[in-house]
Amino acid sequence: MTSTYSHAPGFIAGDRPKIVTSRFEHADSHTLERFVATGGYLGLRAALSRPAQSVHDDVKSATVLGRGGAGFPAGVKWGLTPQGVWPRYLVVNGDESEPGTYKDRLLMERDPHQLIEGCLIACYAAGLSHCFLYVRGEMAVAQERIAEALNEAYAAGYVGKNILGSDFSLDIVLHWGAGAYVVGEETALIESLEGNRGMPRLKPPYFPAANGLYGQPTIVNNVETLANLPWLMTNGVDAYTAIGTKTSPGTRMVAVSGHVVRPGVFEIVNGTTTFRDLIYGEEFCGGIRGNNALKAFVPGGGSAPWFTSDQLDLPFEASQVGAAGSMLGSGAIIVMDETTDIPAAALTLTRFYAHESCGKCTPCREGVTWLERILSRVVDGKGTETDLAQLIEVGESICPGDFPHASNEALGLSAVPFPYKMTTICFVGPSAYVPVHSALTLFRSEFEARITKRTMINVTAVSVPA
Amino acid sequence: MSRLTDAHVTLAKEIIGRYPRPKSALVPLLHLAQEQDGYITRDAMVHIGQLVGVTSAEVYGTATFYEMFKFEPVGKYVVNICGTMSCALMGSEELMHHAEKRLGIKAGGTTADGMFTLEHAECQAACTEAPCLQVNYRYRYRLTPADLDQLIDDLSSERLTHEIPPHGTVAKVRQHIPPHLGVGAVEPELVTESPVWLDSKAAL
Repeated sequence: MTSTYSHAPGFIAGDRPKIVTSRFEHADSHTLERFVATGGYLGLRAALSRPAQSVHDDVKSATVLGRGGAGFPAGVKWGLTPQGVWPRYLVVNGDESEPGTYKDRLLMERDPHQLIEGCLIACYAAGLSHCFLYVRGEMAVAQERIAEALNEAYAAGYVGKNILGSDFSLDIVLHWGAGAYVVGEETALIESLEGNRGMPRLKPPYFPAANGLYGQPTIVNNVETLANLPWLMTNGVDAYTAIGTKTSPGTRMVAVSGHVVRPGVFEIVNGTTTFRDLIYGEEFCGGIRGNNALKAFVPGGGSAPWFTSDQLDLPFEASQVGAAGSMLGSGAIIVMDETTDIPAAALTLTRFYAHESCGKCTPCREGVTWLERILSRVVDGKGTETDLAQLIEVGESICPGDFPHASNEALGLSAVPFPYKMTTICFVGPSAYVPVHSALTLFRSEFEARITKRTMINVTAVSVPA
Repeated sequence: MSRLTDAHVTLAKEIIGRYPRPKSALVPLLHLAQEQDGYITRDAMVHIGQLVGVTSAEVYGTATFYEMFKFEPVGKYVVNICGTMSCALMGSEELMHHAEKRLGIKAGGTTADGMFTLEHAECQAACTEAPCLQVNYRYRYRLTPADLDQLIDDLSSERLTHEIPPHGTVAKVRQHIPPHLGVGAVEPELVTESPVWLDSKAAL
């Protein structure tokens, strides 16, 4: 029932509905031949047999939520373009790089035609006349698979002029980046696609739907979001909303990594599966390695405030997780067991964001570097009494006011809901503060012990090996 | 110090032709230059600026933002060991220490024989397969120090050349849009009307 396919490293199938991973069981799932033999491009045919507006309406009424991080409904996003302004573009965000996240790469490597079909349906429905498929620079195999798939799809008449003999014509251009996390932010992605340094644009306008690529209305959608569309078109809105909950229909790809028995990528039923299911369930990760106790977990990628065992019974649903003080983000759970050195673990995330800060906003450029340096010296046993207060002070210059965190019964803490206020254009700066704030709020004594000992601690391991 | 070869100029023009504005091709063309020389030379940046119609300073400005672009020679194999949380929890620091010892260099360095450059990398989207690394952007998963030794042996004796091209080449397959099948890129200013299919009852 549950299996790992050696050609899809990390992916663990299960006896659950499959919307985007149905072909992963086939070793040749990336080929046009397999794709067409397993219902491929039927969703496109179904879409093209109807007026574009009715396809758009279906995506709206199915409430296909964005799978990139913000969780904004795709159908609503498509409707934010200004009336009568042409041309409009689709930019596909395949720049997956949020710490803990591993799903879009699988979808691009294992089923590139499904993504291409999703792009075609989106462009048809929303009147987008050119599609740019931006794949992260470091993903050589994903780029190869998409290039092969596009070459096949053009030759077979699925992409290009007069698709399947219709009046719908579209070019899909494979574009590839060169290494920069911040480019996953949609306006930075557009800057990068224009040949510039990949820095986020000033807001407003808040959505590139109003003003995006070359100043034109532009829809930026995540890979997984688009990969949902072929199934939706083939099976209909009712079948789609029958899976999951009213606010979170369908399925979601979730990667669970860290100290679990069986780390893996799962397609789960949206909105009902709990963190306990995912971490301890036999069909998912099968518990913590060595029967160790759970110390903390990151529920939604490196930018999400941490949870502890108090939050295990929350479902994978945006509003409940938001109220509990974190976010679902990009579908990434990172599990830390009792052996984890919390300050050192927090540093691995803060260092990531410090490394990836683009330098545009001062609070991030300066503040995040400070956070990394101060945290580094605390971790190295060279911290002073004022360092912890200084970490909070620097964090508050990036995110003024209450910062979201989880409730904790033992510590007598009640939750501060997501989101936070910020003094930066994008989420890189606040995200660097997230691990610092979560770790300090939930595990302050570990930092204090580091400082009062005032000894050189030679950190070679973030946790004790299994 | 080389400009793009004639074959690469042909390819560059094909890539530029896919975008409504030529500057969009900058990053792909920089990859082409790096594929040719293993790193980005000054002459290549000047040449790319001419092909795209921007100054070489603009090319340099864009190029230096992105981590994959190198401006001096690096090893034939660039080994990127991930150090972000999921990998760190599963022992990537130990793996890095081992790699540094084995190769006799620190992260960021290149071996004297020019075979290996070792880098500390950030999240590579293989978090369930921790600790992971990339060699010239090809993955290796769940590595033990012994696996790393084996990998370095295999790379040293050129046993993996079929899978892992020399540094600079990322994807080995390129997109080609045959002119008779493609729609073609149009400058945004030249499009004023809605796409034809939007107004039809159905496209098919």
